[in-house]
Amino acid sequence: MTWFLRNWDQVAIALWEHVTISLTALSISFAISLAVGIVAARHQRVYAAAIALAGFLYTIPTLAFLALLIPVVGLGRTNAIIAMVAFSLLILIRNVATGIRNVPFEIVDAARGMGMNARQVLARVELPLALPVIIAGLRVAAVTVISVTVAAAYVNAGGLGTLIFNGIATDHPPKIWAGALTACALAVGVDLSLAALERTLRRRRTA
Amino acid sequence: MFVDAWQYLLLHRAQFATAFGVHVTISASALLLAAAIAIPAGVFAARKAGAALAAINIANIGRTLPSLAVLALVLPLLGTGFAPSLVALTLLALPPILTHTIAGLQGVEADVVDAARGMGMTPSQVLRQIETPLAIPVVFAGLRTAAVQVVSGAVLAAFIGGGGLGDFITAGIAMMAMPQLLVGAIPVTLLSLSTDYLFGTLERRLTPRGIR
Repeated sequence: MTWFLRNWDQVAIALWEHVTISLTALSISFAISLAVGIVAARHQRVYAAAIALAGFLYTIPTLAFLALLIPVVGLGRTNAIIAMVAFSLLILIRNVATGIRNVPFEIVDAARGMGMNARQVLARVELPLALPVIIAGLRVAAVTVISVTVAAAYVNAGGLGTLIFNGIATDHPPKIWAGALTACALAVGVDLSLAALERTLRRRRTA
Repeated sequence: MFVDAWQYLLLHRAQFATAFGVHVTISASALLLAAAIAIPAGVFAARKAGAALAAINIANIGRTLPSLAVLALVLPLLGTGFAPSLVALTLLALPPILTHTIAGLQGVEADVVDAARGMGMTPSQVLRQIETPLAIPVVFAGLRTAAVQVVSGAVLAAFIGGGGLGDFITAGIAMMAMPQLLVGAIPVTLLSLSTDYLFGTLERRLTPRGIR
């Protein structure tokens, strides 16, 4: 605890790095998943192929994935971000596609009947109604990305994992505690806030 | 590069076999331990709405904790080696098994249980002949998630001296020795994929024909 209080600036920097890397990866992954998910919602073949590929990536152990990328992109942040995107695709694509598919057909039909074109139906009807499911996916993906970022410190990506690895290397438990507990708190905090957002959106939808 | 990796593997056959053995042993033990704790706990919790909700909430928090953070937290408490890694991996495997067991039992329709009782089945018959077979596919889905997570987490166990295939990866990264790194990373990827496949097959096999 005293170590934490004396070195809180070091923890804060690591936390900031952790958040920026995770957010970058999550944004890239979300952009890809939104595009793929929208197409996959309409074409079963695309859905099956995307889920099979993303499922394959998801099954590869984190550290093995980071290691396999080293001969290709070397050490550092790029490596970590590619791994994080790969791990969060499955959850995001699945939820975007499922969310859009679950929009009742009558509502889409009514929107078309009102003269909306395909793009308007997507932007004004399907996506807003799919939002709670998409946010639910984003929640799981965010937690996954935060978790992968901890291990990514081993390939020099920075973040809270750095404190853990330094702590292990120098046999300095307070540093391990600070890194690990802050990472846990970040994951739980993000999970709970997105869960609250999801609940609010669902309630507004039924109201 | 792959040729170099193959040569490295042939040169370090014994070391590889040991690491592979440790990896499988630690993963299987953690999964069995976690199942032995989480399945009975889930069966117990599923009967009471309050207990089920509490168990699911705790498990969901446990699920969000980063694997490496859990492994790292065990280190100052229990030290390094096989046993601390086993404890951490067991902790990581508990949440999915627990939530799936509860969901599986709660997912059995009340009408089906009611019909079984109406046919004169005793509570233990209902559990054995109706609820268990109907809940098993969901429980196995939980075991599948947990198994893949444990095989993946066991790679990180190398950081706290747990041994396993992660040793090749960490050493390979530390010395930037690609062959060594691949000798760890490729087999562990295959191990994880085959674990997923194996449990997926079991899940389908164990699904009663009527609900397949």
